[in-house]
Amino acid sequence: MDLSTTYLGLKLKNPLVVSASPLARDLASIKQMEDAGASAVVLFSLFEEEIRHESVELDHYLNVGTNSFAEALDYFPEYEKYNIGPEKYLEHIQQAKKAVDIPVIASLNGSTMGGWIEYSHKIEAAGADALELNIYHIPTDAGVSGQEVEQLHLNILTEVKKHISIPVAVKLAPYFGSMAHVARQLDWAGADGLVLFNRFYQPDIDLDALEVTPNVLLSTPYDMRLPLRWIAILHGQIEADMAATSGIHSGADVVKMLLAGATVTMMCSALLQHGIGHIKEVLDGLQTWVTQQDYQSLEQLRGSMSHEHCPNPAALERANYIKALNTFQQYAP
Amino acid sequence: MSKRVTTIQGTEAAASVAHRLSEVISIYPITPSSDMGEVADAWSAAGRKNIWGTVPHVVEMQSEGGAAGALHGAQQAGALTTTFTASQGLLLMIPDMYKIAGELTPFVMHVSARALATHALSIFGDHSDVMTTRATGFAMLASASIQEIHDLALIAHAATLESRVPFMHFFDGFRSSHEIQKIEELDDDTLRAMIDDDLVWSFRANRMTPDKPVLRGTAQNPDVFFQSREAGNTHYQKCPGIVQKAMDRFAELTGRQYRLFDYVGAPDADRVVVIMASGAETAQETVEALNQDGEKVGVLKVRLYRPFSAEHFVAALPDTVKQIAVLDRTKEPGAAGEPLYMDVVEALATKGITDKYITGGRYGLGSKELNPGMLKGVFDELRKDRPKKHFTVGIVDDVTHTSVEWDLDYNIEKDDVTRAVFYGLGADGTVGANKNSIKIIGEETPNYAQGYFVYDSRKSGSMTVSHLRFGPRPIHSTYLVNHANFVACHQAVFLERINVLEKAVEGATFLLNTHVPAEEVWDSMPLHIQEEIIRKKIKFYAVDAYKVARETGMGQRINTVMQTCFFAISGILPRDEAIGKIKETIYKTYGKRGEEIVKRNYAAVDQAVDNMIEVTVPQSATSTVERPPAVPAEAPDFVKNVTAKMLERPADLVADHIPVSLMPLDGTYPTGTTKWEKRSIALEIPVWDPDTCIQCNKCVMVCPHAVIRSKVYDADLLENAPPTFKSTKARGREFAEGTVFTMQVSPEDCTGCGLCVQACPAKNKAEAKLKAINLSPQPPLRASERENWEFFLNQIPNPDRRELKVNTVKGAQFLEPLFEFSGACAGCGETPYVKLVSQLFGDRMLVANATGCSSIYGGNLPTTPWTTNADGRGPTWSNSLFEDNAEFGMGMRLTLDKHTEYARELLTQLRDEVGAELADAILTSNQKDEAEIFNQRDRVAALKEKLDGLDGPAVRQLRTVADALVKKSVWIMGGDGWAYDIGYGGLDHVLASGRNVNVLVMDTEVYSNTGGQMSKATPLGAVAKFAAGGKPMIKKDLARMVMVYGNVYVAQVAMGANDAQTLRALLEAESYDGPSLIIAYSHCIAHGINMQQGLEQQKMAVDTGYWPLFRFNPELAAKGKNPLQLDSRAPKAAFEDYAYKETRYNMLVKAKPEVAARLLQQAEANIKLRWSIYQHLAEMSYNGDSAQ
Repeated sequence: MDLSTTYLGLKLKNPLVVSASPLARDLASIKQMEDAGASAVVLFSLFEEEIRHESVELDHYLNVGTNSFAEALDYFPEYEKYNIGPEKYLEHIQQAKKAVDIPVIASLNGSTMGGWIEYSHKIEAAGADALELNIYHIPTDAGVSGQEVEQLHLNILTEVKKHISIPVAVKLAPYFGSMAHVARQLDWAGADGLVLFNRFYQPDIDLDALEVTPNVLLSTPYDMRLPLRWIAILHGQIEADMAATSGIHSGADVVKMLLAGATVTMMCSALLQHGIGHIKEVLDGLQTWVTQQDYQSLEQLRGSMSHEHCPNPAALERANYIKALNTFQQYAP
Repeated sequence: MSKRVTTIQGTEAAASVAHRLSEVISIYPITPSSDMGEVADAWSAAGRKNIWGTVPHVVEMQSEGGAAGALHGAQQAGALTTTFTASQGLLLMIPDMYKIAGELTPFVMHVSARALATHALSIFGDHSDVMTTRATGFAMLASASIQEIHDLALIAHAATLESRVPFMHFFDGFRSSHEIQKIEELDDDTLRAMIDDDLVWSFRANRMTPDKPVLRGTAQNPDVFFQSREAGNTHYQKCPGIVQKAMDRFAELTGRQYRLFDYVGAPDADRVVVIMASGAETAQETVEALNQDGEKVGVLKVRLYRPFSAEHFVAALPDTVKQIAVLDRTKEPGAAGEPLYMDVVEALATKGITDKYITGGRYGLGSKELNPGMLKGVFDELRKDRPKKHFTVGIVDDVTHTSVEWDLDYNIEKDDVTRAVFYGLGADGTVGANKNSIKIIGEETPNYAQGYFVYDSRKSGSMTVSHLRFGPRPIHSTYLVNHANFVACHQAVFLERINVLEKAVEGATFLLNTHVPAEEVWDSMPLHIQEEIIRKKIKFYAVDAYKVARETGMGQRINTVMQTCFFAISGILPRDEAIGKIKETIYKTYGKRGEEIVKRNYAAVDQAVDNMIEVTVPQSATSTVERPPAVPAEAPDFVKNVTAKMLERPADLVADHIPVSLMPLDGTYPTGTTKWEKRSIALEIPVWDPDTCIQCNKCVMVCPHAVIRSKVYDADLLENAPPTFKSTKARGREFAEGTVFTMQVSPEDCTGCGLCVQACPAKNKAEAKLKAINLSPQPPLRASERENWEFFLNQIPNPDRRELKVNTVKGAQFLEPLFEFSGACAGCGETPYVKLVSQLFGDRMLVANATGCSSIYGGNLPTTPWTTNADGRGPTWSNSLFEDNAEFGMGMRLTLDKHTEYARELLTQLRDEVGAELADAILTSNQKDEAEIFNQRDRVAALKEKLDGLDGPAVRQLRTVADALVKKSVWIMGGDGWAYDIGYGGLDHVLASGRNVNVLVMDTEVYSNTGGQMSKATPLGAVAKFAAGGKPMIKKDLARMVMVYGNVYVAQVAMGANDAQTLRALLEAESYDGPSLIIAYSHCIAHGINMQQGLEQQKMAVDTGYWPLFRFNPELAAKGKNPLQLDSRAPKAAFEDYAYKETRYNMLVKAKPEVAARLLQQAEANIKLRWSIYQHLAEMSYNGDSAQ
């Protein structure tokens, strides 16, 4: 069956996209992704805060102790140039574009409005096929309302859209009072796609050191349940494309997401775990299933199990919870 | 040819020419010449080519002796070479200089002339170094200004090729080497026009090559040596003419005419001073001013000092001159006169001139000021009937009365010259901003510009004073600004201690950075400042630069704000233009470090002026805040009479006037003087939480400044404790019921480094972010904690050393430190080791300290940290040189051993007279522990009492050496530059000698004291000066090399990783009756780290396997055991996680990522290899046969 599809207006040969990950730091890996069958690649994020921090940090440490003591007016040789700033990332976009034929989607995490706009511009100019806005924001201030958080997302999208013409997707966290409402707002504001969901690094506590330690865990197939639900719910309610990300490890997982209504599915953890070649297995799994089930096209398949189209929409709502609770009680002492 | 102006410092002016005219540059860092080698290396690293189109090779050697040897070889093989050096470094080059000159080798070395270490080391300028090379056969050419340095460098390079006489081009260290001036830059075409390529080729043709073999360096016999020595005479005869020819050619090309001796002044002068280097500039300025006042004086500037052309000298001197004062910037004790003076006397005698009165005087030793008042003093002296012979100027000699009088208020500076003085902190960026201001004014306006900077002798909380001049004419004022029309004080805390307006003239402008609200600024001024402002009718501006810096993300860096305010009120440039230029300079300076930095600086510029106010000055001073004395009244007399004056600022107004009679004759100073100087530099200090504290004493152990102390004592002593004094029940079975524990901080000695907080293992149960020791703002605690500290020190006794478990960290930290409050960097990684050694062995310890950081924080005046206990015992400390420290310490051991042996011989001889029981007890004491050492001290005291009642030759001898019967501990301390490089040969020899010395190498892996140059201890992949591309070679494994001897105790330690192992190693090393070497990981400001994380970095270095901990104890081998014990585990963390937290590694990632990745890989591989080697060594079987 022809697996080709369109995401963010980009013609893709299949619905399997490699999501933002450290794998894309290496050009050879990007080439491997293409060879294994990935239809597009999202580059790792350009973090504005990191660039700013890097600049401030370098300046700080090159300044410390200077011009204080007559015998040691400085401590380091100074280079004529440092690779600080977005240049390295932009160059990476250019090189990736040269290395592969599949679309290259850049990812940006800004920390100021000026940064979002400036770097979006530069990313577009560097030749990215599309831009994913990685809005990584944890509202820790109890004085900030949910509405303000939502507005921040909308503002970023609106401003970026105003300044660039390549397609723009928004990668979201699931933590909104009304997820569907936020999705629709972003859709109306011109998002070409929504990437569901961003997985935050969740902290842990080190009992020996009594310190909070960020704990990076790879996704498991269970993690796909959350985006699955929301894609199923949003399908038909918004026009923007939806990319499913988190917990997609097999062809079956891809199928489920497509059934729920995803335009494309994105993979990262599974590739980190099993290698880039795993893409081929996933695609084979997808192809086998759709062939065995005799689907004619992805369009036919997509959303057929969405909230709107599935036989038991309640299962996507609270029933799911009740069932889980019952199961738990079964095993309770 | 095009004229391009540039604003640079003297070192760059010299290096710019030298680099373009050389193929091979071999150097070794030494203040104040290091900058020249560094900038040459940076240019080569950036691919800058010489005038023949190729990039010169720059090589750092292990010492100046090595650098000179390499140069000599490079010259023999036909390369055009240069080097840069000074002081002791120049001395080390002398043997090669004789060779180079003897072989008539074209070569130019550039020397920033610096004092030689005599009664003390001085990093500052005078001619004592260059004068020691007079006999080498080098031509000597002196420059007086930055322009001259640039120009005469070229003239030297041109003249050496034609004359074949090697040249030393010199200029005054710091005064010229580090002064910044606007100069006209020489372009490559001018250089090419001055250098005759035929001469280059003929030099090259004379090289050693197997294609046309020759032999040099023969050994000659009495038959021909003498004649051969005379064979090159003609070259020296022609040399002055060749130099003048080069000067004339240079004048044709540039319009700047120099002569071998340049005369400036009245053509019919009656009095003349003869002088060379920077003093000639001030002399010219003074002469011009005096002549305007109707006097007839002149100055004869000596440019070519060797070969000294009497003919040219006499020709340059006006016939009318009656009195001549020859000023030498050096001292030759016992000589008939100083060298320049003697040459002048000889020149005039040779030419039959006898109608002039000639006298010689010394000035400016160790960068002592030479200002117009002093020169006027010399001219006034010359007018007397019998001017002093062999006078001094610039000091008050009340012993031999050599000094001439001078007028400090004599001011010849013109009103159209802006003379500005800025008081700042090293950390606030004042100097950097001023350097940029000079550049802006020098290069963007028609004004001439000059900058000179005075730094502190401390590395933490150091004050900087910038002296800037801007004016319409070239600036010849090679002296500090004494009559300022602009004064800025960038730190309001200085006002309390310093009269920053002392140098301000009437009507001057004063700019102050203060956090005080506008309406309260006046009232916040101390009385002496208010009075100065009113008396001198000073215009007073204030700005809260910290607020602006904070709001714009600049942190503590207030430089940009203050610079903008300076431009706004000084009116040197229209305000908008100035702001534009400041921003351009910011972009040029910081642009490469990223846009964010540029943006933040721009924001600071934009907000600066809006935050500045003009303070309304009332009619009278109302403040009640008075200036406190520099030291407290209870300080010893020497500290009150001498040290206190050294602490006053500006130094040139106070300390410069301390008379000779108050100075120790031989460089001997009392120890324990840092305690009298309460610097109070910490913004935050540690506060102890007794409830959380587990009394482990780790904070005491790591405190680099010995400001945290703990004591256990009887609770009854708390009766008179101050109200906020803290204590808690002492933990530990060894402490009796009723014993309490206190940890106390000295608030005014603390630097606020935070290492203690980092080291604290205890966490507050209710709030895990708090530990048992936490930083809190100092000001509100200052008074109460000062009182607590006094009570703690004076009312609570130190525990009895004999009863402490000194082999535990906790026990050892109850020992009194005899090294305290040093001026080392806040959070220094070296001083915790030094302090620990002082705690363990300080009361019986001699220290030989290599030149470097440890000799600076250990022995740089005004105050020094080595101190004494209540019995008056403590470490006795000395610094000989950089290169000879191991030998220096071994010499101490030799004397101790000899005196011990002699004392034992005498005691054996006097056994019956002093009593057999006492004599035998002394002679058989093993002195293995504290108790036995104490007992031995008592016995020796008893012996001395007995001796007092006896007489006879043996008795008199024994009295003077009896102290040697008590065990002494010799500690040889220094950094890696000494141990791995310049002093390695000596260290190796000393360790191989088998003598009982303890060597502590504080390994910072770079030359920290001179600014981070690569040493052989620098690790692979780290960036350092002369390893800008990351060091490609692995670190020398000094420990493993030394272990090969088998009889040397060797340990590698890192206090931050394992404090108990550090302690154990020090105890074992000291108790081992033979040589010991301890290599201590010392985190350093030159690593580019957050110093508060220094201990964590040490731990990471160990965890990654980069810095394995081990002890190699030969005593174990003697017992048939493997002497090597690994005290750390196999690498468990990634090297990258350690290395990339440090700027020295991660800056390479930012600049050359591919190189960084490659070097990282190599470093990781080397770590694994080294670990497996050590593991193998530690697992080897040492049975009885193989042990020896």
